[in-house]
Amino acid sequence: MTITKTKPAKTGYHNLCPGCGHGVIVRLIAEVFEELGVEKEAVVLGVGCSCTATPAFGAMDRFQAAHGRGTATATAIKRCRPEITLFTYQGDGDAYVIGLSETVNAAYRNENFVAVVINNNNFGMTGGQMSWTTMPGQVTETSIHGRDCGYTGEPFHLPEIISEIRGFHPAYVARGAVYDVKSINQTKKMLKNAFQAQLNNEGFSLVEILSPCPTNWHMTPLQCKEHIEDEIVKEYPLGELKVRKGEEG
Amino acid sequence: MAKKKMITIDSAHCKACQYCVDACPKEALVLRREMNTAGYTYVQVDKEKCIGCGSCYIVCPDYVFTVMEEEGA
Repeated sequence: MTITKTKPAKTGYHNLCPGCGHGVIVRLIAEVFEELGVEKEAVVLGVGCSCTATPAFGAMDRFQAAHGRGTATATAIKRCRPEITLFTYQGDGDAYVIGLSETVNAAYRNENFVAVVINNNNFGMTGGQMSWTTMPGQVTETSIHGRDCGYTGEPFHLPEIISEIRGFHPAYVARGAVYDVKSINQTKKMLKNAFQAQLNNEGFSLVEILSPCPTNWHMTPLQCKEHIEDEIVKEYPLGELKVRKGEEG
Repeated sequence: MAKKKMITIDSAHCKACQYCVDACPKEALVLRREMNTAGYTYVQVDKEKCIGCGSCYIVCPDYVFTVMEEEGA
């Protein structure tokens, strides 16, 4: 018997909640590295469930950044050690709320690394508080009657901002999801494009990935899958928002 | 003749999320009532029904599945 698909060598077993999307995303990144032949890689971890996922990165080099400062730390590492294939691994709370300034500035300067942002619609590790990406009407620890958009603002879409506003020239911006076989395969292609862009020195890439959070959404994993499919993708449409140069059309 | 494909399950790491049970096109995976050492119930494969498509491997967040191919069949 020959093994055709198995756990990539660079990943490790983790202790995340049952049904959490982090495990799939880390595996996709490790598979992309295997396919692209990347040998020297490093990850800058944000604070949140992304650092809870640390054991999943197994054999990769890891750097734990201060809360929200993942992209700022990655900027320094990439400028000092440009030969390293570098990515930040942050949650929506880390990259979009606490560290919005750092993420936007890294995109504005078009730094040559990949930002992988896992969007699970809340602050997961701290117990499920409302984040800027929380869905309208979603009940969280800090929006107990459901999110009121008139009081707290609308859900936040950073990929749309950096791909459309004048002055930003990122290499690649996309939004994927990990709820079924099709979306996972699509997300893997997006990650591959993003890392290819980095290897070609094209600049900053942002891949936002919609991930289920059964614990804080108070749902079973399969209910989470349906919730993403039916509701969340309507608010956060999937697809490539900024295509790499030479790949248009 | 097509090569026979099959899967193996590392049940010690299964957390019973059932994404694989939902994704399996042949309904070859079932959740058992017994628990593994971590205290979760775990999935088992019906080898007669399994075609080795690897859908379970793709959706599994806990790296439980390995897809294998028979040589020279």
